[in-house]
Amino acid sequence: MGLVNGSNNDEYVRLLGAWPSPFVLRTRIALNLKRIAYEYLEEEDTLNSESVLNYNPVHKQIPILIHGNKPIRESLNIVMYVDETWLSGPPILPSDPFDRAVARFWDVYIDEHCFTSINGVAVAKDEEERKAAIAKLEQCMALLEETFQECSKGRGFFGGDNIGFIDIGFGSMLGPLKVLEKFTGVKFIHPENTPNLFDWADRFYAHEAVKPVMPDIEKLVEFAKLKFNTSIFK
Amino acid sequence: MNQEEQVKLLGLWGSPFSKRVEMVLKLKGIPYEYIEEDVYGNKSPMLLKYNPIHKKVPVLIHGDRSIAESLVIVEYIEDTWKTSEPILPQDPYERAMARFWAKYVDDKVILALWKACWGPETEREKMVDEASEDLQCLEKELGDKQFFGGETIGFVDIAADFIGYWLGLVQEASGVTIMTAEKFPKLQRWSEDFVANSFIKEALPPKQKLVALFKTKFGSAKSK
Repeated sequence: MGLVNGSNNDEYVRLLGAWPSPFVLRTRIALNLKRIAYEYLEEEDTLNSESVLNYNPVHKQIPILIHGNKPIRESLNIVMYVDETWLSGPPILPSDPFDRAVARFWDVYIDEHCFTSINGVAVAKDEEERKAAIAKLEQCMALLEETFQECSKGRGFFGGDNIGFIDIGFGSMLGPLKVLEKFTGVKFIHPENTPNLFDWADRFYAHEAVKPVMPDIEKLVEFAKLKFNTSIFK
Repeated sequence: MNQEEQVKLLGLWGSPFSKRVEMVLKLKGIPYEYIEEDVYGNKSPMLLKYNPIHKKVPVLIHGDRSIAESLVIVEYIEDTWKTSEPILPQDPYERAMARFWAKYVDDKVILALWKACWGPETEREKMVDEASEDLQCLEKELGDKQFFGGETIGFVDIAADFIGYWLGLVQEASGVTIMTAEKFPKLQRWSEDFVANSFIKEALPPKQKLVALFKTKFGSAKSK
């Protein structure tokens, strides 16, 4: 990756993260898009990490971006901070206020509904709960399929010609979605039901800012088996 | 989108989320038409058209386009009407801090306070402790500033409107006390300054009506 420091600030950039986390992935993609040089620090045990506790005493969670000595927390917050600080790289959020609002709205939806449903499928206590979570997730995909058509305006990404805020917010969920597909047998992104999302996913994976940091699916599958000690992962 | 195009707000008189948007519109002197929505009864065709996904308020309609989610609407207003009263700081780091604390209030604090006041009696002590801890974080963050935004009302103050006004009334209606002047002197002082602002005051729903609503909908904790 070509490494250039932003014209606004050349203070040292560090990212505290964990490789399986889709939220950490969002921040790495944003940093890569803007070609920002940063030191990545893998936090194996976030709950007992001194650094994590020091920089995020409120939530004790990663990702945490540390710019100079300033910690920035919450993945979407970090993405917006990166966008607003390094102005020379490609914009992540659109310039039009309405388009920005649309992007923000969908990322809220992705976190509150899609991510919650993904989790819901993983931790479901019985078949009924799982079916309900799967149905909700399928609804989310249908809605995002429509949204893609509206936002992309015929181009390759939600952000248009290049990846933007919604691509990053949703693209980071592709790994967990693929893991769920393996275990449930349900295809959430499908060439027939969600043809646009199906093609978009390939383009997203291939993007130069994404490819180097997207976790390997087999590794994610093994991670899921360990983390979620529920029946579908056995 | 033209600043001059008509602004309408679909809202709910008692909702702190709906009121966030009204507060910002009033602070910035942006004229708008307010339309009360019967969200729990008959949702209007307008609501179904402009927020088909969630069918909830608030929804801002600007010209013929609509935006939902209160804090997304607030940022939209901030981005569109740039000349008056900024709600968010200019500096990217300060903005990130403001967004972080606003989300903290939205995702964690309000829910914890609500559960503590209306949740089952068996869980009450635990929920009250949790909510108190959350409020302590905010008390610390506020520090000696007049508002979370500094000298003027900002994004976090708006997000925390529930704490500034509704919480006192919820405590009155439920009989559960979490925020007191003794335990949270800074937040108490902040809430008084917040509701004293003339634009905020103008937006606030009437006290007695709110207390009556809470008592009817949720009953009193003491009677459980």
